[in-house]
Amino acid sequence: MSAFSLKVNGRTHQVDLDPETPLLYVLGDELALRGPKFGCGLGQCGACTVLMDGRAVRSCVTPVSAVEKAEIVTLEGLGTPQNPHPLQQAFIDEGAAQCGFCLSGVILTAKAFIDENPDPSDAELAQALSRVLCRCFVHSRMFAAIKTYAREKNA
Amino acid sequence: MSSLISRRHFLRSSGALVVSFSAAPLLQSLAFAQGPFDTHMSHVDPNQLDSWIAVSADGLVTAYTGKCDLGQGMYTVQTQLVAEELCVALDRVRLIQCDTSITPDQGTTSGSQSTPTNFNNEGLAQACATARESLLNMASQRLHSPAHQLKVSDGVISSNTGARISYADLLRGKHFNLPVNSAARRRHPADWTILGKPVPSLDIRDLVTGKFEFVHHVQVPGMLHGRVVRPPAIGATVVNVDHNSVARLPGLVKVVVRKNFLGVVAQKQFQAEQAAAQLKVTWSAPENLPPQDDFYNHILKSPSRDVLLVDSGDTKQQLAHSVSQLNATYYHPYQAHASMGASCAVADVQPGKATVWSATQSVYPTRNGVAQLLGLQPDNVRVIFVRGSGCYGLNAADTVSYDAALLSQAVGKPVRVQLSRPDEMAAGENFGSACVIEQRAGVDARGAITAWECETWSVSLGGRPGYDRPGNVITGALLGYEPATITPQAAAQPTGELRNGSNAVPSYAVGCIGGKCGGVGTVRSERVLARTVKSPFFTGPLRSPLRLQNTFAHECFMDEICARVKADPVAYRLQHLAHPRLIAVLKAAARAANWNARPSPKTAQPGSAQLTGRGVACVSYEGDNGYVALVAEVAVDPASGRVQPTGFVIAQDCGPVSNPAGMRNQVEGGLLQGMSRALGEEITWDQNKITSTTWSTYHSLTLGFERPSIECVLINPSEGEAMGAGETAITLVAAALGNAIFDATAARIRQVPFTPARVKAALAART
Repeated sequence: MSAFSLKVNGRTHQVDLDPETPLLYVLGDELALRGPKFGCGLGQCGACTVLMDGRAVRSCVTPVSAVEKAEIVTLEGLGTPQNPHPLQQAFIDEGAAQCGFCLSGVILTAKAFIDENPDPSDAELAQALSRVLCRCFVHSRMFAAIKTYAREKNA
Repeated sequence: MSSLISRRHFLRSSGALVVSFSAAPLLQSLAFAQGPFDTHMSHVDPNQLDSWIAVSADGLVTAYTGKCDLGQGMYTVQTQLVAEELCVALDRVRLIQCDTSITPDQGTTSGSQSTPTNFNNEGLAQACATARESLLNMASQRLHSPAHQLKVSDGVISSNTGARISYADLLRGKHFNLPVNSAARRRHPADWTILGKPVPSLDIRDLVTGKFEFVHHVQVPGMLHGRVVRPPAIGATVVNVDHNSVARLPGLVKVVVRKNFLGVVAQKQFQAEQAAAQLKVTWSAPENLPPQDDFYNHILKSPSRDVLLVDSGDTKQQLAHSVSQLNATYYHPYQAHASMGASCAVADVQPGKATVWSATQSVYPTRNGVAQLLGLQPDNVRVIFVRGSGCYGLNAADTVSYDAALLSQAVGKPVRVQLSRPDEMAAGENFGSACVIEQRAGVDARGAITAWECETWSVSLGGRPGYDRPGNVITGALLGYEPATITPQAAAQPTGELRNGSNAVPSYAVGCIGGKCGGVGTVRSERVLARTVKSPFFTGPLRSPLRLQNTFAHECFMDEICARVKADPVAYRLQHLAHPRLIAVLKAAARAANWNARPSPKTAQPGSAQLTGRGVACVSYEGDNGYVALVAEVAVDPASGRVQPTGFVIAQDCGPVSNPAGMRNQVEGGLLQGMSRALGEEITWDQNKITSTTWSTYHSLTLGFERPSIECVLINPSEGEAMGAGETAITLVAAALGNAIFDATAARIRQVPFTPARVKAALAART
């Protein structure tokens, strides 16, 4: 066990855990956050994605010891039901969800990419999301939402 | 409507208010009696209005349903239904889904049956209609006005003299104490203001902002974490468990061994994960599996249980007299539900009772299964549905519910079990059936079909556990409960009405039994034999179970017939269809796709880097549960064999549409999921184990795959039965893509998935 100080969604938390504990388990079990989800535990699907200093990382394969100095943002930290982030609002407007389990991977991967590449082509955006899964296959609406967000961000 | 009220708040505020738990012991003797909807009687009497609807003192309407939201939109659309029938605003409705303590037993949320069951003249819809009628009758007395002269607006009833009274004042928090009236009239679709409208999903704000509670998030005070240790290969049994191998791991609470069921419980999730990985187990030698590369032959050679669905008795003769005969065999692999989230459940087993939070589609059957495994009375087990990730059928939600219950019982504390990805995909879920489908047809001198014979082979082991068969999923089987298997049996002559729930009978057959014709086509000489053989792997319903496989074979074979007689695939289909609604959707799809009438394949496209083509398919889903037609366009790269669908145009008639926004979402998702299943998804195995256990070996199309355009024509009749719409679109995708590939390349691919290697081989084999 080791004590860690984590900064998640703007708040600092103290946890005392095995340093190898995946960040996902800390966020879900210790901090009761619901944004990042267990999809595969292998870093293959994206369901556990969080932003770490603005980069999209897969929290299921990121040990808690590796994130101590970082700013972690989950879906909850991006926006709230009453005041969603513009990208979340674009998903609401497009109806871009079915079960919704994949949304951390889709939304946070897209956000991190667009923050770095404000005006991506369709092919670049597809490439950025090529390691993200949605098994309900809401792909069309999700791309529409992401493109709306990128367009409005640039306007 | 942004925030959903929490599960616990629901139960505190409304559940106990209206449901009389005291009735449970009296009715316990009825617990195994057969009830409606192929269900068993629970203490929540579906014939009583109070089992479905309550109006609280503050005027909120609480509705209790046995059909749950799996991501397909049932939460939103059932809320619309209640609001519409009760004439209240959407935000005055609270919907409680699938909780064995307080909702009626409506069996399983599956098979595109939620809409037929709850949106016509039974179930939730009829209860709502009864409630409105009852409130109007009460108001009629109080306001001294005939009921038909009263108007309702947002829960307030007014007479034409201006007198008003609210639902809350009529009921004052009391029960209706009335039976559901099967004659109560539903509101006419022409008057709908909420149902039938494109209401956005009520849960989407919570989903996109990470507030939504999935079963994976359920936390119970004192909860421990469990992991299971599944056999490493099919049929391996426990010889020895070395408890010392994990004894020193921090946080370990217990290693649980019950026959071949193994699990570990620890304080923290990571500790449980490590203990499961490090537990040393000696397993017996596994079974030898039939080699995958010869599996379809294995199916054909296996003893089978046969059902003859139709047999006009003259097909051999008609085929012999045909001017031209065609034969073809189609192959479909096992596929996985492969849900986005590996399954999870939480159980709290205390002496004599248990509570399970589960993403099961079947709370009551799961209740009985858990009771059986734990040695409890079903009425002392409560199963509460909490949504998991989209399941698309029998994923591992049921089996992990058993896992959690077993581990919780073993330690006497609440336990959360999270399956690993390989737990889910190698030894957790019940795969969609592999199929072999043989087709034979004849055509006459004018090119019309004279006879159609079809033999389908599917595979089966286990399935939905139902109320009394826990061995149908892996956990029950590991405990020694037998899975349902296949007893070989010869087919009897068909009797009664045509049962085409699996779409084994092609749409072009008349489907006659004893002179009564239940099919949707015109071919009178018909014979369809459905054979089922034992599967080496657990199987269960996967979105459009067998309907998709059979439709792939029927619609591609129809295309082969069209090509043989050089007919346009749309016109030739129309020539052999009789049902006006199927004809209408086929015409609508062709029109929307600007279908160019000509035979397939397209004329040669010499020198093109990309070969393009279009294909069509249509089906009357489950015989009579939705009419749908699809035109697919593809580009095929002959060098790589890569298939890129470029456009889907679909027309669908599922009766009056309850929520066009939700239906479009289902159609779009079904099309793209169908595309993934058609192009890449296949269960693989080696000598004794499943090898497609993660996303690197089970190939789901990612968000990086180029998306075809989608146009969806919804036919929305103002009258008639509401039908299921979650499985219609996906049923047609493999067929339409196969036909489009043929149109583009003149290569017919009769085996799913259409992988680049398979496409290249088919291109090379063209004569």
